[in-house]
Amino acid sequence: MAQRIRLSLLNHGPLLITMLIFFVAYMLGGWMYPTMQKPQVFFNLFINNSSLLIVAIGMTMVVLTRGIDLSVASVLALTTVASAVLLKHGLPPAVVMPLMLLMGITFGFILGSIIHFFKVEPFIVTLMGSFFARGMAYIISLTSVTINNDFYRFLALTSIQIPFLPNAYVYLYALVGPLLLLVTIYIAFFTRFGRTVYAIGNNEHSAALMGLPVGRTKIIVYAFSGFCSALAGIVFSISLLSGYGQYAPSMEMDAIASVVMGGILLTGGVGNVIGTLFGVLINGTIVSILQFNGTLSSWWTRIGVGLLTLVFIGLQSLFYRGKKHA
Amino acid sequence: MNNNSFFRRLRKNQAFWPLIALALILLFDAIYAPTFFKIGILDGHLYGNLIDVINDGAPLMLVAIGMTMVIATGGVDLSVGAVIAISAAMGAVLINPALGNQLISNDILTKDATNTPLWLIVLADLAAGTLCGLWNGILVSRGRIQPMVATLILMVAGRGIAQLITNGQIMTIYYTPYFYFGNGFILGVPVSIYMVAIVFILAWVLVRKTAIGLFVESVGINAKSTYYSGISEQNVKLLAYTFCGFCSAIAGLILSSYVHSADANNIGLFYELDAILSVVMGGTLMAGGRFSLFASVIGALVIWTFTITMYTVGVPANALLAAKAVLVLIVILLYSDYTQRLMNRFFERRGAQHGATH
Repeated sequence: MAQRIRLSLLNHGPLLITMLIFFVAYMLGGWMYPTMQKPQVFFNLFINNSSLLIVAIGMTMVVLTRGIDLSVASVLALTTVASAVLLKHGLPPAVVMPLMLLMGITFGFILGSIIHFFKVEPFIVTLMGSFFARGMAYIISLTSVTINNDFYRFLALTSIQIPFLPNAYVYLYALVGPLLLLVTIYIAFFTRFGRTVYAIGNNEHSAALMGLPVGRTKIIVYAFSGFCSALAGIVFSISLLSGYGQYAPSMEMDAIASVVMGGILLTGGVGNVIGTLFGVLINGTIVSILQFNGTLSSWWTRIGVGLLTLVFIGLQSLFYRGKKHA
Repeated sequence: MNNNSFFRRLRKNQAFWPLIALALILLFDAIYAPTFFKIGILDGHLYGNLIDVINDGAPLMLVAIGMTMVIATGGVDLSVGAVIAISAAMGAVLINPALGNQLISNDILTKDATNTPLWLIVLADLAAGTLCGLWNGILVSRGRIQPMVATLILMVAGRGIAQLITNGQIMTIYYTPYFYFGNGFILGVPVSIYMVAIVFILAWVLVRKTAIGLFVESVGINAKSTYYSGISEQNVKLLAYTFCGFCSAIAGLILSSYVHSADANNIGLFYELDAILSVVMGGTLMAGGRFSLFASVIGALVIWTFTITMYTVGVPANALLAAKAVLVLIVILLYSDYTQRLMNRFFERRGAQHGATH
């Protein structure tokens, strides 16, 4: 029994620590700034980080296969611009949204294919993809394009009351991330595909020897990340009701930092998608605390996120070593 | 037969493909933009597109030299852009600490004066960059953190630190002697290219005239067996990252001197990408091992020639990113194992000699 508890502690330790750090950070914020105790502040974390959460979920799957996707932020920006311009030309949202998702999937599919068939380092290929998507966004439009579509406006402004909590609400688009999270948890833990992802991350070679479809799974994972980026782009354009090539300038780094803080090993094969949620929430909490403080400048966010990433990586390597000795 | 083996040796040379790429781009220029090759003399120094390529490309060449060492050990340094920003911010702050202070009115800030002697500024710049490199090196070699992650930390936090130094301002520099590094000329040739030459020769002597180059390659090929051969694999890595930080610091010095300002958010943006691209174009494998400093410098030149060519033929600056992506795609596909194998098969039909190369 003790052995089993020890084992599960080792397996879920990083996730538990992530959760603990989130709660401690949040309570610290609530203690320092009493306004942070309002429930709405907590739900604002979901509203403000809606697209980061979606991007980070896609990134998690890629990282689990021992890859990395640096193109997410650029695909997001490209999606916002492309959908804004298409809507401006009178296309209905029912056409634009699937088209954008299809674009994201195709983009990820192409990147994944290059990575798999040409055996190139994921991070160079996706870097190229990032350049390309950002460049295309600038070619489509140099300036910010506003969205005047009624349906987008409806999605942007509809708020949903949280049951049992007065004066607490989330916008409709903030629910996309949590829903996607549930779907991804199902995919990761209850499907053959999910187990293959973990197997590839642990050891790609032995996964191939076991007869698992390594190539197909890797390509699908990148296509999934492209899908998530496009979805995040739609959410982003809804939340700001505009499209611009310079949106989300370094969101891929935020996403990677969230994934790392969520206890997912960048060496692949270890981690839990739920951790990513808490990684994103920690990221959001740091930003809120800085906003509530008001006197601290914005660059402390970057330094804070950088330091936290360092701490988590240190913890990870400690856990990983402990596991090896166990 | 003799002729054949000569071509084979030429093809095996790391600088071969980047030079071909450079030649292709220059050929393109010769046909579509003949003005590209015009070099005139203005105020006693050379000017023209080719000189621009060399002068603007100097920071990238420097970073590429440092990055080559890091990649040869099997690592990667994503923080070079942030280190450039830190070094630039350091220089700007030392020239006038009051620049970042909003309480002081503007007229004393715009003077051609400095609060710190120039040699101290340069020294502090280099020290800041080298320290950043040392930090990366310690994390990678002693902390045993994956290089990409370890340097990612400084990449995220570095620009924050640079903003902290400059107090979040874009600092304009008015001290004229400082401009010398980016805009000066010695014997009609930009100063920056002399700095590249000095660093290149220094690095070349370091890696080719001592055993360090061999150590670096052996760490890149197999760190564990290097360790068992009695070479401190940790110190080799530490040296590589520190050197990369040093090179980025010089690049920051040149860049901030060239644009007369230190903008913590935008200076050296995307340099990590360009530098990695230069090194990859120079034929150094991302997995580490055999490397060539010269080929990386040529790779950096290719990137800048490409950039300036695109401007010359009238491609808008925004579309350039997409064009660059296509260039990267061609390069990575050319260098991929798959294509290399195809090419080997094409060049050596008999296929007797290859096979053991990987």
